[in-house]
This record gives sequence, structure tokens and C-alpha cells, in this order.
Amino acid sequence: MEASTFDQVLAKFKYPLSKPSRSWWLLMGAMLVLVAFGLVALIQQIVHGHIVTGMRDHVVWGVFIVNFIFFLGIGYSGAILAGIFHLTRLKWTKPIHRIVELFALAGLCVGPIFIFLCIGRLDRIFYIFTYARIQSPITWDVMAIMTNLIFIGTYLYIAHIRDFAKLRDTDVVELPGWKKKLYAKLALGYEGRPRQVEHLNRAQNILAATIIPTAILADSLLAWLFGMSLRPGWHSTLFAPEFILVAIFSGVALLIVMMWIYRRQYQLKDLFTDQHFYYLGYALLLLSIGFAYFTFSEYITEWYNVSETHGRWLDKFVDFGEFGIMSLLTIFLAIVVPLIVLIVPRFRTPASITLVSVLVLIGLWLKRYLIIVPTLETPYVPIQDMRMEYLHYQATWVEWALTLAGLALGVIIIMLLNTLAPVVPVADMEHDDEIVVPKPFYETIK
Amino acid sequence: MDKEQASPRREFIKLTVVATCGTALCKCNKPAGSMESASEESTIKLLAPDGSLVEVARSQITPLPDDQLITGMAAREGIPGKRFVMVIDLAKCNNARACITACQKMHYQPEDKEWLQVKLMKDSEQGAPYWFPKTCFHCDDPPCVKVCPVDATFKRDDGLVLIDNDRCIGCKFCMAACPYSTRVFNWDEPDLPEEIAMCTSSPETSVPSQVGTVDKCDFCPDMVRQGKLPDCVTACPNGVFYFGDEVEDTVTNGVETVQLSQLLEDRSGYRYLEELGTKPRVYYLPPTDRMFPYERSLEDLSEERKAMYKDII
Repeated sequence: MEASTFDQVLAKFKYPLSKPSRSWWLLMGAMLVLVAFGLVALIQQIVHGHIVTGMRDHVVWGVFIVNFIFFLGIGYSGAILAGIFHLTRLKWTKPIHRIVELFALAGLCVGPIFIFLCIGRLDRIFYIFTYARIQSPITWDVMAIMTNLIFIGTYLYIAHIRDFAKLRDTDVVELPGWKKKLYAKLALGYEGRPRQVEHLNRAQNILAATIIPTAILADSLLAWLFGMSLRPGWHSTLFAPEFILVAIFSGVALLIVMMWIYRRQYQLKDLFTDQHFYYLGYALLLLSIGFAYFTFSEYITEWYNVSETHGRWLDKFVDFGEFGIMSLLTIFLAIVVPLIVLIVPRFRTPASITLVSVLVLIGLWLKRYLIIVPTLETPYVPIQDMRMEYLHYQATWVEWALTLAGLALGVIIIMLLNTLAPVVPVADMEHDDEIVVPKPFYETIK
Repeated sequence: MDKEQASPRREFIKLTVVATCGTALCKCNKPAGSMESASEESTIKLLAPDGSLVEVARSQITPLPDDQLITGMAAREGIPGKRFVMVIDLAKCNNARACITACQKMHYQPEDKEWLQVKLMKDSEQGAPYWFPKTCFHCDDPPCVKVCPVDATFKRDDGLVLIDNDRCIGCKFCMAACPYSTRVFNWDEPDLPEEIAMCTSSPETSVPSQVGTVDKCDFCPDMVRQGKLPDCVTACPNGVFYFGDEVEDTVTNGVETVQLSQLLEDRSGYRYLEELGTKPRVYYLPPTDRMFPYERSLEDLSEERKAMYKDII
């Protein structure tokens, strides 16, 4: 493509790059309302204690931990996908690099908030550092999340530098003066000189190769947090690989959904082509099959010969008074629908693939719920309690308000980043040759 | 010391002015020893052993060293040379729930917070139900202690697993990790008498409960330091609980004192869920030759409470 073509691409992002459009403000306003509502709920929780949530002595973690796993899964899968896309140099993935980086950062920023919401004494939160015990999986998780935040934040920045330089130099989009100055600073004097290109490529290669294993390890740690507990349904060696597969599954689904939204919003049909949806649809299909395999493997081994406590736990998944409907719904949303829609060529359209992705995201949130709550409701010692809320977990409005607030915060982070750089890495695509045909990887890191 | 006097025992520990008097009139929010710094002019009213009120100059008050509240690092050490152990005789339990109420009184817990629970168990379809009192097992390989991120719950040399409520951040990971559902969370601000709420927190007394932190059965090491048995042991009308020291190989239920190893041998003592590998410090004696039919214990219960056991009966 000619350079002018890329200018045309850049021009599509005039709003919100030059100034946010009205619809941007409307959406931002709606998200801020949700966050404010969440803050009201948070104040309730801080003032009255965790009694305002549905959590009680058996189900000590509820929707908050479900969100924690869900959003961190999004974050880690974003990191893994960003690394894979960059290192494999798959040319067709170039336009979607930025989207993946965006939700990697957003997921990783929102996820940890939910673990803070589970803490009974937020006033003592710094004890995690001052009295840190290395034996505790929570300490591992704190380190893992911080490491990933630093790596992904750095990677995101490095991946933005070319666009910052482009925005500094361009007159295609009219930018306010302060923004021009900001880009001049952020671009770190990048002008595309061969040495700069080489350094930037090398840095990005190293970081891309680093964030894949760090994200895989961090998501495994998250799984071990539960897998290392002596609880039916958790104490499983399968947990870490399953968490990673489920995370990537949700990441690809979110990528498709965001692609569809941006495609409509900025008229990007020639950048996010139908072919993108089909390719990612195939990936979604494969991941769905993988998820089906894991689910089947998990249930069949537990069911065939089952111990007493595991039996009580497993029974809840087929009991419609317990989690029967939810487990069927999960299988339907994350396995049955994707398989039918993605296998039959007639059903495959960008819109249908997007719809499937939305359903997959819901299904995978429910999957995390099914990982957490049934196990906590099935202790070895029978519960035998007179208080109904101690027998069954039921999330309260406080938890739902904070869940929505977390989601809204993720959207806000992405929207703010959208005002900073285009959704498509325009400069990267413009200088395609410099990046796509470099020296072999092992030579570049020397 | 009987129950009535035992209730303000925190103050007792702190002040201990006249050897046996309760100190209902005193606030307990000052740590032991701080009394000396008070002005010599000021006096304090105290209850003498004969029941009369006396006035004593504050400067005259010296705390008794034996009854000092053990806090901070000292509470993490453990009582030297001891390995505490409990034996619970399932043949004798009839769900009198005296242990529960005594424990609640001791630790200022409301009725619905049970650090010590009595479950109705049935091991197999044909097996007969039996009452199963469950304390903290003070495991030698405690899953709860492993996961604590801030060292708020710890294992002591004398075998006890305790909680420092001033340290606990309330992440509840220990509760998720405990396979025995022993731990209890303070979901809201505990309803405590003001003087108790103001007390210095100690892992040995587990008082006062603090909102947003975890509580559990502590085997009452503060009582043990005074040469007394935990309250659940003395409260039980049937002598179900035997408390003692593994090193001395002796346990007692307050009425009879027996050799631990002999008792476990004679009665085939076992540990609950041994296969989990947590090495509990609580042994159970199987409910053979039961003293009470379990149904009789159900008769007195309210319908509401009976409904709890619907899966068993």
C-alpha cells in the first residue's frame, strides 16, 4: 500500500485522537456512572463489612474471585496472543495487534482490583509486602501480577512508539498542541533511522518472547492457588493447563468481539476483513474443542470411580436445584454453539462468529463460577447450618455492582488508550518490510 | 474460678490487683504495667475477695507476672516443653451443646458463631448416626498456615495453630484451605462489650474479635498457662473432651486423668480424615457402647435446628 493509504487509515481515527466524539463521551459517561455505582457499593462494603456480600463462612470467595480469574485470564491471554502474533510474524494479524495489547493491559489492571475486594482489612493491605511469606501462593500471585503488569506495560509502550512518532509528525489528524508535545516526548526521538529500527525491533522481540512464558506461568499460578488446596474439585493436576486454555479461549473471543465493534465504529472493513473473522473463528473452534476435551476429561475421571466427597461435589452439577442449569448452560454456550456455528460453513459469517464469541465469553465466566462456588459449597464436614445464606451462596447487589464497575473500568481504560493511539498500529503496517522480514530471531537477540 | 467470674477475665489478666478479685469496675484498655505511670494521687475502686469495695492508690497496683497477657512475638513461641493434644470420646456425646455455649461465653461470641461445632454424622448408609464435636484440629501440617500471605496464622512449638488478629488481612485463603471448615470470619463488626472491644488483642485469648479478620478455636492457651483446662472441656457434662500433653502422655477431661497412649490403644483412637495428611492433634474415640441413643438428643431440639440434620435423619 502507498503511504497515503496509511494516512487515510489514520484519518479514520480522527475521533477520538484529535478530540473525543459525542458517542465517545456518551459511552464514557455511562461507564463512569457504572464505576460510581460500584464505588457506592464499595463504600457499603467498607463501612458495614463483608456482610453486605453474599459470601459467608463456607463460600468465602464468590463473584469477586470469579471476576478475578476472568479478567486476569483476559489479561494473560492478551499477553500470550500479543507475543505469538509478534513472533510468528503472521502478516494478517498485523492490524489486530493493537487490540490484543489493549485488552491485555485492561484485563491485568482490572483483575487485581477484585482480589482487593475480597480482602477483609483493606487498611492492612500493605502487610502483603511488609510481612510477605514466600510460602503463600498469594505472595506468588502478587509477584506474578506485578511482573506481568511491568512486562505488558513496557511491551505496550514499545509497540506504540512508532505510532507516537507518526502522530508527532502527521498533519492528517489535527491534534491539540499539548498532545503534539506529549507525542514528541513519548516517541523518544524515534525517526525511523536504521539503528533505531533495529533497537526497537530487538526490544520488541525480546519482550514478546518474555511475556509468553511469564503470562503462562502467572495464569498457572492462579490455577495452583486453587489446585494446591485440599478441596474436591480443586485438588487437580489438570487445573493449570485448563486455566491457560480457558484464558486463551476467552481472549480470542474478546478479540473477535472488539474487532467487530471497532470495525463498525471506524468503518475498517478493509483492515478487519471477513477473513480475519474466519481465521479467528477457526482458532475459536479449535479452542472450543480443547475446552470440550478438558471438560469431558475432568468429569469422566471424577465420575467413573468417585470418592464420597467428590461424589457430593459432582452430584451438584447434574442437580437442577444446584448447579445443573448453569453447567448445562456453560456446555451449551462454550461448546455446543461454537461447534455448530463454526463447523457448518453456511453459519459462518462475521456477525455469527461475533455472536458466538459473546456467548463464549458468558459461558467462560460461568465456567469460572462453577470452578469456585460448588467446591466451596462442598466441604468434607457437612455444613449443617440453620442460616440459609450459609448453605448456599447468592451474590448480592454489592457484588454485581462492583462486577459491572470492574467491567466498566476495563472499557474506560481501553477508551482512554484509544484517544492516545489508533486502534490499528498504522505506523507498523506502513513500515511493514522493516519488521516483517528481519533477521532470524536468534540473530536479533544477540 | 466459676463462669461468672471468668467472663471478665481479660481485665483480670491485665490488672490482677487483689489475687482473686474480678475487676468489673476497671477498664482494660491499658496494657499491664502502664498503671505504674499513673499519678500517685489517683486511686481506683476495687472489689475485695469478701465482696466489699476498697480504694487503692494506683501506685500500689502491681500486675501479677503469672497472669500477664501474652502478646506479640511471645505468643508465637508456645509453652516450652508442651505438645498439646485433645481426645474426643464420641461414645459420650449427646449434643448437650454446653461446650459450644461455654466457648462462646469465653470468647465473647454471639450465639450463631460456633468455633466449636457439633455435627451429626453418619459414616455409611447402614451405619448409626453419632454426634461429632469438632474443634480446630491444630494440625501438625496445617494447610491454613501454609497459605497465609502475612504470617497472621502460625504453628507454635507446643503444637497450637493460632491467629494474630492484629496481623490478619482477611484474605480468607486459610478458610478456603482448611479441609475441616474450622475457621470463622467476622463478616461484620462484632457486637462486643466496650471494655472487651478495647482490650489488647492476643493470639492466646483470641479476644477481641475484629471485623474483617478470621477467628477459630485456639485450645485456650491462656487458660492452660493458668493451669486450667479449656472451657469446652470443663463445661461438658459428659466428659467428652480430654485435653492434655503428648510429651507427658497424659490427658484429662477434668474428672479422670488417663494415659494418652493407653486410651488410644484401648479405644482404637483415630484422627478424622487421616488420609488428607494434615496430621491433626485431635484424636477421636469411636462411638462404641454409646452412653446415649442419638435420637434422644434430638428430642429437645427446636424444629429449626432439627432441620439442619435432615440429610442424616
